[in-house]
This record gives sequence, C-alpha cells and structure tokens, in this order.
Amino acid sequence: MTKKKKLDKGSLITIIIAAALLIVTLVLENTINANSLLFTVIRKGAVYSLVAVSMNLLNGFTGLFSLGQAGFMLLGAYTYAILTIPTDIRDTIYYLYQGAGFRFSTVDFFKNIFGAEDTAGFVSMVLGVLIAIIAAGIVAAIFAFLIGLPVLRLKSDYLAIATLGFAEILRAIFQWDKLGKVTNGANALRGYPTFSDFNITDASGKIVFRLSSTIPLIIAGICIFVIILLINSSYGRAFKAIRDDEVSAEAMGISLEKHKSLSFCISSFFAGIGGALFAMFASTVQAKTFTSAMTYEIFLIVVIGGIGSVSGSCIASFLYIACSEWWLRFLDNTQYIGSFKVPLLRNGFRMVVFSVVIMIIVLFFRHGIMGNNEISDIFNRKKKKIDENGTEENKMHRRLTDNEK
Amino acid sequence: MSNKILSIKDLKVNYGGIEAVKGISFDVEEGQIVTLIGANGAGKSSTLRSIAGLIKPAAGSIEFNGDAITGMDTTQIVKKGITLVPEGRKIFPDLTVEENLKIGAYMRKDNLADDMNRVYSLFPRLKERSWQAGGTLSGGEQQMLAVGRALMSKPKMIMMDEPSLGLAPIVVRDIFSIIREIKEEGITVLLIEQNANMALKTADIGYVMETGKITMTGKGIELLENEEIKEAYLGKHK
Repeated sequence: MTKKKKLDKGSLITIIIAAALLIVTLVLENTINANSLLFTVIRKGAVYSLVAVSMNLLNGFTGLFSLGQAGFMLLGAYTYAILTIPTDIRDTIYYLYQGAGFRFSTVDFFKNIFGAEDTAGFVSMVLGVLIAIIAAGIVAAIFAFLIGLPVLRLKSDYLAIATLGFAEILRAIFQWDKLGKVTNGANALRGYPTFSDFNITDASGKIVFRLSSTIPLIIAGICIFVIILLINSSYGRAFKAIRDDEVSAEAMGISLEKHKSLSFCISSFFAGIGGALFAMFASTVQAKTFTSAMTYEIFLIVVIGGIGSVSGSCIASFLYIACSEWWLRFLDNTQYIGSFKVPLLRNGFRMVVFSVVIMIIVLFFRHGIMGNNEISDIFNRKKKKIDENGTEENKMHRRLTDNEK
Repeated sequence: MSNKILSIKDLKVNYGGIEAVKGISFDVEEGQIVTLIGANGAGKSSTLRSIAGLIKPAAGSIEFNGDAITGMDTTQIVKKGITLVPEGRKIFPDLTVEENLKIGAYMRKDNLADDMNRVYSLFPRLKERSWQAGGTLSGGEQQMLAVGRALMSKPKMIMMDEPSLGLAPIVVRDIFSIIREIKEEGITVLLIEQNANMALKTADIGYVMETGKITMTGKGIELLENEEIKEAYLGKHK
C-alpha cells in the first residue's frame, strides 16, 4: 500500500518484467517470420487479458458474479467497427441493406482535417482508432449502467443468469434484420483499421517496421494499469469490502448500490474496449462470435489465473490462448504415429481436453495459478515478513509513508 | 450532563413479516454507556439496525443530536456520527488489518494518520498485525478490529451488537474495559448484550427488552440488584 509515493520493490520488478516482454515482442516481431502463430497468441492474449482483468474486477474484487462480458464486448466491437469503417466502402459492406444508414467515420473525420497522405494519414488513423476505442468503452459502460439499475439488486447466481440473459438478448438484437442499416444484420462488418494497419509502411506499401503485435499489448497494458490503480485506491478498497461482507460494508457507510454500479460500469467499460480490440484482432465483426461460450472462456481464464489476482488473469489468458490456438491444435486433427492412427483425435477434441483440464483445476487447484496474490507480492514477501515481525525502523518507515498519503 | 444525543419515540420495526419491535421509546444521554439487555428475539438487534439505517422502521421517530434521522440511508447516518459494530464482528477477512481500519474511515477524506495511531495505541495488538489479513486474527482480536474500525469514522456515538459473542471470559473483560475507555474519550456507547452481568456492571443506564417492548429501566447497578432480572438473566434461583 506504500505504492503511491514510493514504488515498492515488487511493483518495480513487475513493471520491469512487463516492459522487457514488450521490447522482446517488438524485437521478435521485426526479426522472425511474421506469420508465426506466436503473434496470433500475443495479440489475442493481450485482448483476452484485458477482458479477463475487467471480469476479475467484477467477480474477484467486488464479488459480483456476472456473466455478461461477451455482451459488453459485442457492444464495444460494433461501436468500434461502425465508427471506423471508411465512408467510401460503407455501401459495399452494407450492400444487402441498400447501403449504410450511418455515415460517419472517425478516421475519415481526422483525415479531412490532417490530410490522408503518408504520415498525416497514419496519425489520423491512430487518432480515429483511439477515439473509437474510447467510444466503444463508453457505450458499453452506458449500457452497463442502465442494465445495472434493475439487475444489480440480484445476488450471486441470479445476477449471473440475468447478465448472461442480457448478453444473449443483445446478440439476438444485433442480428435483427430491422437494424440492418446500422449493424449489417447477421453479416460481418469489415474494412475498418485492424492491428496490421499499425505496421509502418513505406511509399510503395512495403512494411518497414512492424507494430501489429506490440500495439495491442500497449493498449491492453495501459488499461490494465488503470484497473490496478483503481483497485489500490480507496474505491478499490470499498469494492473489496463489499466482496468480503456486504452488511459490514454498508454499516461503514459504503453505499452498496452506488459502488456496485460503479464497479459494473468500469468493468464493462474495459470489456467494451476489449471488444474493440477483439474486432481489430479478428478483422471482421459478427454478432454470432460473441456467444456465452466466449464468456465462459474468459471466466475460465479468471478461475485458472486466480479469482482476485490481476497478474493471474494476465498469465492465464496468454497460457490459455497459447494452448487453444497453438499448442493443443494437434488434438483437432487426425495424427499418425508411424502408421498408427491415434484414436479420438478429431475436430473438437481440443475442447474435450479443455473440459477435463477445467475439472482438474476446479477440483484440485481451486485458487488457480496465483490465488489472490500478484507478481509484486511474490517479490515483496521477504520484505513483508520482516515487517510483520516488526523491526522498529520498518514500522517508523511505514508510518511515515502512511502520513505522506 | 443531561444532553440527549439520541432520542427514540414509539419505534416500530417489522422484520421478516413479524413485528420485532412494538413501539419503544428511550433516550441516550451524551457521554454515557447505555445498554439494552434481553433474551434472543427481544428486538434488540432490530432496534440497533434501524438506528443505523440498515433497516427502515415501520413507525416512530429517531432523533440524533436534534436531527431526525428516521429512515435515512446508512451513508448519511455514518456521516452524522453513528457507527455500528455489527453482531458477530463481521470484519473483512481478506483485507489486511490496516485496510480494514481504512474502510472504517471511508466516509472521511481527511488525514487518517492520527486516528490510525490512536486506534493502534488503544489496541497495540492490531499494530503488530497491521499487515495480516483480518480473517487470520483470533476472535478477540477480530472484535478489537471491529471496534477499531468503527472508531476510525470518528463517531459521536458507537453502537455495539453483542461484542462478547463467542469470546472467552477473559477476552470479554478486555472488551468491556475498552468500552469504558471509549467512554472516557467522550464517545457515547449504546450496547446490546446477552451477557447481562457484564453489560449492567459497565453501563450507566440499562433498559430491559422483552418481546419487542421495554419492560424495565434503571441505573445499571440498580438493575443488577433487581430480583426479577437476577432470575431471568443472571441465572440466580430463589
């Protein structure tokens, strides 16, 4: 808790590790084969970490069991896509509905101001994308606020069912024909800027410097950092108090309604941003991808990482995505060892293995990878022990840092 | 000193469809320890919870420091200076001792260091364990933490719901000496207890509640001498 004025050793090490990984990604991206599955894992992993951390804020830190994450991602993804598709290709994308009903693109808006060529074009694209990403978060947060009004009165399983139902309804609405002019019905939205548009190209269109895997890491990293700051603030403490004991929290004067709504909105805000990033990752947006299975995937990541641990959620999402996209791929294809055909391996078998893994985790590793510890706690543990035994000097130091706050 | 800090008139509270409190009136004078004693289901907890704003009273009025606080939100009531130490301690088990204390001061945005030190000097045990999770403390320490947490909001009146619940007799004695210390600091204490003996010895004024009504009033020591009370609550046979 002495973080505000002076970083403790653990947090410092965590930041260094994160920065180092970022640089490694940047270097690898520009040196090895860009089509490697590694980069798919990094991009999708970054997106999923953000969504998992946002879900953890709700489930792990505020104690609200919500399963609406895919719904908020959907809102974010659509908001992002609708805001950024260039106006000149809109009609071809919405051709089934005789052209688009909504003709505003943040990217074009900035291109009109700064110009569409070379550097100016790139800057306009980046600005347009950033604005659209933030808008995606805001739209998700507004919906969360409205849905939260009735739904947050529910507790535990009932809240989960209500939020899950909301996500499903939303998915159905976005596929509704009548909204086709805006959402393109059940058809995909595409043509908007994706991660690969962040690669810097020369005049002939040849890529000179790759950024497409580093950018998602940076955006997700910033968002996660904001969430960590929130968790360590007095609001975060109030959230944790509500999780631990609602009655006591209320008796201390913490307004349950206000704080639950706040946590729900913030979590949805970041899920919305996660949705926008997911749209950039997938390069097409279609409502049918945001199923409840997606929420379960994210929930699974949260559980594997440890409910109540931000670093756990991040580690788990990269592991999970690496397994599902890369390391366990072979389970989906028929494999031969010599001339022996390995039984059971066929499309979908990966998910069977996954289910078994989940069951093992739930039964034997209930606290997940990190429990409710953070990476910084591991490095701080040694220091903490001294504190508990309490040399006078340490205590003095602690009191001083508290006074500063 | 006869300045009424809390004044309750004809308070009725319904709890789960039954009338738990059937129209009680009593006053608490500033700087005193006042206790409500009575058996299970007499309506003591409901009375406290309705003063704290956790449940809304069905009828009657509650005045604190001259302001009507009937039916107000807990957040407002805490701001006015009433804090409840809930039954069964209810500390936050996964938060550290220090975080627990900080939550107690959630409604204040000013400097906490002085109050932190004050609570730590009142409970040196908590200082030793300030980095430990609340759930790892013993029952007595948890009760101290709950009281310390309540003090962090700088209350004018502190209400305690069964502070001796489930604690060893020696720890109970500690808790009651702390209650007296709190009084010394000028904070009014409203205490409800089943441990009538300890409560009446400590309190200036005692009220006896039976099935939702106040049946007896008197100075703490006087009530302790009362034959009926001896029989009903102190387990003395004729």
